[in-house]
Amino acid sequence: METIIKAFSKPVWEIVGPSIWDTLFMTITSTILTVVFGLIFGIILATTDKGGLRSLPIFNGIFGAVINAVLSLPAMIVIILTLPLSKLIVGVTYGPKACIIALSVACIPMFARLVENSILEVPKGKIEAIKVMGANNIDIIFKVMLPEALPNLIRNFSVITITLISVTAIAGSFGAGGLGDIAVRYGYNRFRTDVLIAAVGTLLVMVEFIQISGALLAKFIMKKRHLI
Amino acid sequence: MAQPFIDIKNLTKSFHANGVNFDVLKGINLQINKGDIFGIVGFSGAGKSTLLRCLSRLETIDCGSVRVGHYHIEKLSHAMLKKYRQSIGIIFQQFNLLDSRTVFKNVSFPLEIVKTDKKIIEKKVMELLDLVNIADKKDFYPGQLSGGQKQRVGIARALANNPDLLLSDEATSALDPNTSLSVLDLLKDINKKLNLTIILITHELDVVRYACNDMAVLEQGRIVEKGSVRDIFLNPQSQTAKLFMRINENMSKTDWNYEI
Repeated sequence: METIIKAFSKPVWEIVGPSIWDTLFMTITSTILTVVFGLIFGIILATTDKGGLRSLPIFNGIFGAVINAVLSLPAMIVIILTLPLSKLIVGVTYGPKACIIALSVACIPMFARLVENSILEVPKGKIEAIKVMGANNIDIIFKVMLPEALPNLIRNFSVITITLISVTAIAGSFGAGGLGDIAVRYGYNRFRTDVLIAAVGTLLVMVEFIQISGALLAKFIMKKRHLI
Repeated sequence: MAQPFIDIKNLTKSFHANGVNFDVLKGINLQINKGDIFGIVGFSGAGKSTLLRCLSRLETIDCGSVRVGHYHIEKLSHAMLKKYRQSIGIIFQQFNLLDSRTVFKNVSFPLEIVKTDKKIIEKKVMELLDLVNIADKKDFYPGQLSGGQKQRVGIARALANNPDLLLSDEATSALDPNTSLSVLDLLKDINKKLNLTIILITHELDVVRYACNDMAVLEQGRIVEKGSVRDIFLNPQSQTAKLFMRINENMSKTDWNYEI
């Protein structure tokens, strides 16, 4: 009980506070990168599939295999593998900035697959109905597939953001900083349970916030479209 | 005699699955005149939908030739295929409206993709919604509409590009009899007003009897009978047509005088 009360004390938050910003910075920037590339890759996966808008089975097979390969690597390995890439792009291999590249690479394949699934769930009949109007593929992707899949995409967006938060904790071990790093260094290595509680509690609040707001937004759109 | 509007010659289509060949259409020959409401009936698996999908070129054509107006659709280039598709309209059993768009936006879609001026779109869409009698629902989402209303929106959307041909893929099959009738009335009305050729694919004989002037019967990928609806109803020749008539008859003379 005492430790829990201590978890809200000033000295604890002087340790935890700055790392919140690190975590937010890493999560937000890597989420942006992940969403942009994940959307592009997901659209490519869905449209080049057999029976897709622009069926390229061989390309799809190779691209899918690459996505799967990165997907199957443990986050920690991806982080180590992308260190040279970080050096190339942001100039350093440590700290929150360097970690963004690693985080994005680790999560882009997963988001790409989530986007692919969301798009494939749009009923085929709807897409064909638009196709036979003489629409081109760009119109079909941006005016049919993505808007129709929007509630699903938002839910998957929550999932990937939460995953990114948890991966920042792993990245913490590589000098990325952030809440996960604090939880390990103070909470685990130095037996500062109060710091551990504060750091993990903050992570929990972040995750809950994203989960709940994502669910609400998806529900709002479904309501607006009178689908629920 | 004038040239028919649609001329299908020896159309064949087969699918391959697991190394097996399925011949779905086995040499279809069919002529349809401008302004007809033409019914194509058959049991499930007879190839009705595949025929329709060939006409909209959602399926490629294996063999034979299909001419619609001045389009030879078995050999259209990519650009011409788009043009051709903009000259036909299709309505579906499942309506296939976009849930993300309002009624107005659904109907304006075909006009948007050919980059029509906003003011023209506004005018045209309101005209169409008036025509199908659903103008009061223009800001509703499809999720708020009944099946019949959805199909009216589907029809308005199909008419947006002033098509010469309207294809109906079981468009009334998911509707209750009363709504079905009103949708068919609407199609007949449009046919007269716009001199639009309509092809109705259905497994419901009543639909054909009510709305069509000519019809064809499809059986296992072949047309086994074609002619005026009146002739075929009065004197069915093919197995399928006879079976259809018999089922229809039996269903309408159920014996109510049973003992409990």
